[in-house]
Amino acid sequence: MNTQVTIAGVTFKNPVMTASGTFGSGMEYSDFVDLNRLGAVVTKGVANVPWEGNPTPRVAEVYGGMLNAIGLQNPGMDVFVERDIPFLQKYDTRIIVNICGKTVEDYLEVVERLGDQPVDMLEINVSCPNVKEGAIAFGQKPDSLYDITSQIKKKAKQPVIMKLSPNVTDIAEMSRAAEAAGADALSMINTITGMKIDIHRKKFVLANKTGGMSGPAIKPVAVRMVYQAAQAVKIPIIGMGGISNAEDAIEFLLAGASAVAVGAMNFVNPYTTVEVVEGIEAYMQKYGVARVTDLIGAVEG
Amino acid sequence: MAQKKKIEATIVSQKQIAEQIYDLWLETKLAKDAHPGQFVAVYPHHESTLLPRPISICEVSEDRKRLRLVYRVAGKGTAEFAAYGAGDTLALLGVLGNGFPVGKARGKSVFLMGGGIGIPPMLELAKQLDCGKQILLGYRDKDLFLQEDLARYGDVYVATEDGSAGTKGNVMDIINAHGLAADVIMACGPMPMLKAIKKYAADKGIEAYISLEERMACGVGACLGCVCKTAKVDSHSHVHNARICTDGPVFEAREVDI
Repeated sequence: MNTQVTIAGVTFKNPVMTASGTFGSGMEYSDFVDLNRLGAVVTKGVANVPWEGNPTPRVAEVYGGMLNAIGLQNPGMDVFVERDIPFLQKYDTRIIVNICGKTVEDYLEVVERLGDQPVDMLEINVSCPNVKEGAIAFGQKPDSLYDITSQIKKKAKQPVIMKLSPNVTDIAEMSRAAEAAGADALSMINTITGMKIDIHRKKFVLANKTGGMSGPAIKPVAVRMVYQAAQAVKIPIIGMGGISNAEDAIEFLLAGASAVAVGAMNFVNPYTTVEVVEGIEAYMQKYGVARVTDLIGAVEG
Repeated sequence: MAQKKKIEATIVSQKQIAEQIYDLWLETKLAKDAHPGQFVAVYPHHESTLLPRPISICEVSEDRKRLRLVYRVAGKGTAEFAAYGAGDTLALLGVLGNGFPVGKARGKSVFLMGGGIGIPPMLELAKQLDCGKQILLGYRDKDLFLQEDLARYGDVYVATEDGSAGTKGNVMDIINAHGLAADVIMACGPMPMLKAIKKYAADKGIEAYISLEERMACGVGACLGCVCKTAKVDSHSHVHNARICTDGPVFEAREVDI
């Protein structure tokens, strides 16, 4: 039984990763799971300088999911390079660094700084709905996405994953724009913009008013978008959105994802990532699947 | 610090002790390493809910096999908890956060100040502190809870917002009404009360350790949902934010910008 997957020339021991922003840089969850069991740790978004993030409340529960408006709080790339990368290097797992910025230049500064670092891939966040500048501004129009992707590709020393937003009219068109600009892979979906109002206080629950929705309730939307993107492009896709268990993860693989990431469910069950790894292995055994790659895009009809 | 775990706990008993306030004893291995001021995150079973509810530790049994949680029903998750009884199970994540610095009160006279649902963590703290204790409790009205438990460990003073029991007003009014003084404050309660304590402590030049709360997701310091503003750049975040779940929930009042 072979659980390895290869994305843009990088081989992962299994297709299970962490979704950016839900796992820090792995430190906090190393109390619960053996990071060596994971295909990759995808870090929380890092910018060229420290970001304070949004005012609180930053999180709220909604039916079958949650909203967050953290606003990409991060310690900046210098601390990240000195503290977080050496921590992750102690483990036998791939390191994917998520990068955020307010301007194209911000992104490029981080991409260049990470050029000589032991980082396996870069994931470019052009889809965070919770910041006023940057992020999603680059990810909602095909032209902007093409432009930032091609600029990053010119500077990047590692393969580049563009993380796409579900808050678009046509995910296939966005996927094609990123592919045409040279993206090595895509990841989707980031959160879906949502809102919650406290009817007793007549106030928004989140200080930011809107937040990104994640959790099991968004999974069907994510599976659909991964499928549509997989039909539109040849580059690999990392699928995420509401994955709670191996069954969910396998749905994404069958829809066309080459790997999957566990996000909000880390908060619900901190052991989810490893349970997904084990569950995929059990599924392969049960159905006699020799290679996990045999499942990619294998949905019929 | 003990490794954090998510484990099932069995309810030993549960009863209502005031309007919307429930008193729950759970049998759990987490009790072994629990300190006053720490909390556990309790998961509702209903599938529409996702996130655990952070609830402070009220008391640890003498054999350190049981935890007492006293909580207020505030929404559908806590309403679900309130419906359970002996023998039912609940998943807990814990123990979380840093508790009150018990050592800082040694040989001093301390105010333990609890407001509303901030009162429960004062009980285990009162048990652990071996010093002069004045316990100041603020309630909405005469529907009091835990004051008899607390009276075993120190002098209890009560205030109610409507004046139906004790001093009319809040915990700060108790200080004035009784002419009390202390060397250190340890407190948990609503934000206006904590702000008043921070100011009082600054005026008197004394230390105050206050327990903060905020809407929380992961409970373990990863999501950065439950941050509070800090006076100085925080050593972990490298911005003016500390994580209440991991760096707190107890902070020295001067460290936080509330």
